[in-house]
Amino acid sequence: MDRAGKLSTAAETKWSVGEVLNRPWFWPFVALGLILIVDGIVSPGFFSIRINQGRLFGSLIDVLYRGTPTILVALGMSVVIGTKGIDLSVGAVVAIVGAVMTNLIHRDFSPVSVLFLTLGAGVLCGLWNGLLVAFLDIQPIIATLILMVAGRGIALLIDEGLIVTFRSDFFSAISTGEFFTVPSRILVCIGSFIILWLFLRRTALGLYIESVGANASAADLAGVNAKLAKIGAYALSGLCSGIAGLLICADIRGSDSNNAGLFMELDAILAVVIGGGSMAGGRFYLGLTVVGVLIIQGLTTSILVSGLPAQFTMIVKGAVVLIVLLLQSSRLRSMVFGAFRGRRG
Amino acid sequence: MSEPSTPRVELKGISKSFPGVRALDAVDFRVEAGEIHALLGENGAGKSTLIKVMTGALLRDSGTMLLDGTPVELTSPADGPKLGISTVYQEVNLVPTLSVVKNLTLERQPMRHGFISWKRANERARERLARLSLDIDIERPLASYSVAIQQLVAIARALEDDTRLLVLDEPTASLDAREVELLFGILRELKSRGISIIFITHFIDQVYRIADRITVLRNGRLVGTAPTAELPRLKLVSMMVGRELGAMGVRPTTSSVVETGEPILAIEGMGRRRYMGVFDLKLRAGEVVGLAGLLGSGRTETCKLVFGAVHADSGHVRFEGKPISIRSPRQAIRLGLGFCPEDRKAEGLIPELSVRENIILAMQVKRGWWNRVPFEEQERVAGEMIKAMGIVTPDADKPVGQLSGGNQQKVILARWLASKSRILILDEPTRGIDVGAHAEIVALIRRLCGEGMALLVASSEFDEIVAMSDRVEVLRDRHKVGEIAGADITRENIIHTIAAS
Amino acid sequence: MKDKYLPLVATITVFVVAFAVGGVSFNHFLSTNVLGDLLTDNAFIIICAVGETFVILTGGIDLSVGSMIGFVGVVMAHLDTLGWHPLASAAAMIAFGIAFGVFQGVVVDLCEIQPFIITLAGLFLLRGGCFMVSLDSIPINHPFVGAFADWHIDLGGGGRLSLSAIVMLLSLAAGVIIAHFTKFGANIYAMGGDPQSAKLMGVPVRSTTIKLYALAGFYNALGGVIYAFYTASGYPLAGLGDELIAIAAVVLGGTLVTGGVGLVFGTLFGGLIQGLITTLVNFQGSLTSWWATIIVGVLLFVFIVAQRTIINSFMGRRAV
Repeated sequence: MDRAGKLSTAAETKWSVGEVLNRPWFWPFVALGLILIVDGIVSPGFFSIRINQGRLFGSLIDVLYRGTPTILVALGMSVVIGTKGIDLSVGAVVAIVGAVMTNLIHRDFSPVSVLFLTLGAGVLCGLWNGLLVAFLDIQPIIATLILMVAGRGIALLIDEGLIVTFRSDFFSAISTGEFFTVPSRILVCIGSFIILWLFLRRTALGLYIESVGANASAADLAGVNAKLAKIGAYALSGLCSGIAGLLICADIRGSDSNNAGLFMELDAILAVVIGGGSMAGGRFYLGLTVVGVLIIQGLTTSILVSGLPAQFTMIVKGAVVLIVLLLQSSRLRSMVFGAFRGRRG
Repeated sequence: MSEPSTPRVELKGISKSFPGVRALDAVDFRVEAGEIHALLGENGAGKSTLIKVMTGALLRDSGTMLLDGTPVELTSPADGPKLGISTVYQEVNLVPTLSVVKNLTLERQPMRHGFISWKRANERARERLARLSLDIDIERPLASYSVAIQQLVAIARALEDDTRLLVLDEPTASLDAREVELLFGILRELKSRGISIIFITHFIDQVYRIADRITVLRNGRLVGTAPTAELPRLKLVSMMVGRELGAMGVRPTTSSVVETGEPILAIEGMGRRRYMGVFDLKLRAGEVVGLAGLLGSGRTETCKLVFGAVHADSGHVRFEGKPISIRSPRQAIRLGLGFCPEDRKAEGLIPELSVRENIILAMQVKRGWWNRVPFEEQERVAGEMIKAMGIVTPDADKPVGQLSGGNQQKVILARWLASKSRILILDEPTRGIDVGAHAEIVALIRRLCGEGMALLVASSEFDEIVAMSDRVEVLRDRHKVGEIAGADITRENIIHTIAAS
Repeated sequence: MKDKYLPLVATITVFVVAFAVGGVSFNHFLSTNVLGDLLTDNAFIIICAVGETFVILTGGIDLSVGSMIGFVGVVMAHLDTLGWHPLASAAAMIAFGIAFGVFQGVVVDLCEIQPFIITLAGLFLLRGGCFMVSLDSIPINHPFVGAFADWHIDLGGGGRLSLSAIVMLLSLAAGVIIAHFTKFGANIYAMGGDPQSAKLMGVPVRSTTIKLYALAGFYNALGGVIYAFYTASGYPLAGLGDELIAIAAVVLGGTLVTGGVGLVFGTLFGGLIQGLITTLVNFQGSLTSWWATIIVGVLLFVFIVAQRTIINSFMGRRAV
């Protein structure tokens, strides 16, 4: 008796309306499109891009530029969420990385070694989280909470006795400079995205992460190394936070351990959720996370440009995420549609 | 001698249907006052449906129910206790982190001026436990006690002063022999006080030790009821097994010659306390070993121990003659074992992932995480498997959760074929699959065996076992009770072996 | 019986040891002065942490704590400029806190969404609300606030038990009574220990969840009120990050983050330990203030790892 028949036939009509609506990328792109259109209406010239002093300018470029650190952090976050976990320490890691970077520059390490050691620090933080979650079996919220609480203190410790500013042409170029008119950090962002994507999809790590997050017992019986998947995910998150931290630190030319990356974890989680990602683990889409960040950035820009005070962004973010969650909730949907069907029936 | 006394519970003509399935078909069921009555039946027999109807968790479609001669109508689970019917389910449904007294009094705490009176709560808890002659420290968390004690606490919670019928669903599944005796002692005590007990179980030996009468259900119908003393084991097992669907075909007389060489996998003395009794097993290339037994006899347990999914307490394993210890599924897979679990959805497939990804997963595990199976190879292998096994799917990228049961099973099988497993363990490979796919899978198993794979197949369908096995290990009550080989493999012999005391 | 109190004993020991360290290192540390100040300075966050304890006991988490503190403060300050008596605005804000909690509880239960995300949305909504009311700090000028801060009970030896501290201790006591002497409290522990079993045993999950978040809302708002009185102002950035302190107080107090196990009373010490560490670091002078966060982080780590060991041993190894 094949009662699943009804699902199979739906699966066969690839491009029916219902199918398209159900694709994960549909609503996020529609939302992004709407926001960009609103931006365009509210602020004429929003879409214009011009070249000035050998560099691209424009509101769209601005959105990408300002959003880069959040994009990076959110990418790492979505990988971790894929394992059914969460990483609350990303902001603290950004601070730690900034402190490490400043310290190394003051010790006259070469720019390249600073680069690698700084990113290494980020990975190390990620490995710490991964160890707690994979080997000590601690709940991810709480495991990453430890670094979140202690992280800024550690960063300040690393700052100890140092002048926390520096001058580095190398890093300024990476963070605030441009490369053939494109702001370098956007290139860094794109490059990081590509490397992350390659690492996840050109090795089995992405598959393992999705398996473990979607169905841990089946993954175990299929032989998937869950510990590796989890440690890998947290290490990647640490690396992403590391890159973000590097850009931020290079931008302000110093280590601001109290404020660097403050509340970035919130924006990152928001971005993942708004991008349609599920907190329940399993399939994750890096691209949609980026769309989620762009939606938030776009919203922020809309608000600024429309003349509303900047403080509005907070409440708008809260409202948007709440609406997205309510829409995502299948139980609520079935209740509402059930009510409709009842009336018609 | 036979004064007609009013039965404690009498169900007449109970029927219950769900969309597409007739769970109960005019079942009559009678439990006398002060008797321990065992209710048996294989999967889908209707045992749990009958109990749910009796306790108010489900509404019956038709039939009547009499409690001590009075007609009653139960419309919700809360009605049961009001009428003196107490039920204790298989999973100890208490809260392990709470203390014994808190578990016993949850939602029924004695109040005093609007607050809980712990003094009276403690008294009440001790009284309840005393009914079962239990005297334990009620402040300790429930989890600090053995499962047997936890079960007794669950019974203590369910048992009220006015309980006249106690329903126990698989109470001994997680108990060892000593704990079973403890429970039985308490049940006899309760029986002597006039409480009737319905005891649902798969353990045949236990039934003969404790039950006064036995009822067997099959496919939603009553097969028969009889006093234990008048029902020989052989008859009981035959009643339970009955005739299953679809002849699997006569066993091919030209079946592959059984290799008498070295077994690929030789297991001696493997077992795990409270899980599976010690057993030996040999698996040779080109051979199918069947695991036959009734539900709950230990088939799944055996499979999981062999695969390394569950840790054994004891046992020596030799792979191709060399002693090894299989500690995890990953290790087993690297050696060339594969496992198709009984619970496809929860343990076999990753429903969100695509057909292709599910198929190549074990293959990937064998290569390690760094060496990703190239996409072209993934597509090719998946495509080959889909074609070779007749998996019905518009494309390989569909989430596997959307496929029908039969196709899902094929995907899991494909996974192990793709990873070139040499030993395949199948737990109920044809459960819940329509007739067409059923036959395909059986044919596939035969073919694999012909190609040199060693297969261990656990099945509740005796005809299936008979049709494909070269050797059969017979299980009962989580122990191996016999071995049948070659031409001796017949349905009757299997039943006899199970029934033999 | 002893095992259940073990985590509490551990927490109190840490507190006593820290206090002793202070006494040995600094003059005049072992005084009721320091103790009284400790209670007063940390009163507001301990109140919030009591509410957080209940949420964590059910296996959930409440991230809206800090934002509620800020929101309550700015609204009270704003109402003060409109001439309201602080007690009236306090009552209004507590009512709001309860209502907001009900809202969160309904969403958590109805939509079956993780509390983490819902309260995260709450964090944003309330903090955004702060900014809508005011962008700067607003002083609360009503004389009541000054009187509130001055009122105290002498502890002998120079120390003072302020009204804030008394409110905190009373709300703690109420929390303990609710947790151990009401059906609601028993249900909270049951739901945290095993939600499925609790449901089967008859616990009304839906209403308990809503009451839970309403209770948390009450405590968060009360904490905000005390903070407003304590600082005599409303500041839109007040309470930023305080949810972490509340959560840490609960964990250090011995409550398991997996739910079902823990004592409300322990949260008092969890909060006091954090306050004490900050005080110690301040007294030290040469150690910069961030050492406090590192020490708390280390303590959290130790407690959490210890919790893991406790869970493993006392849950035992059930039959597979």
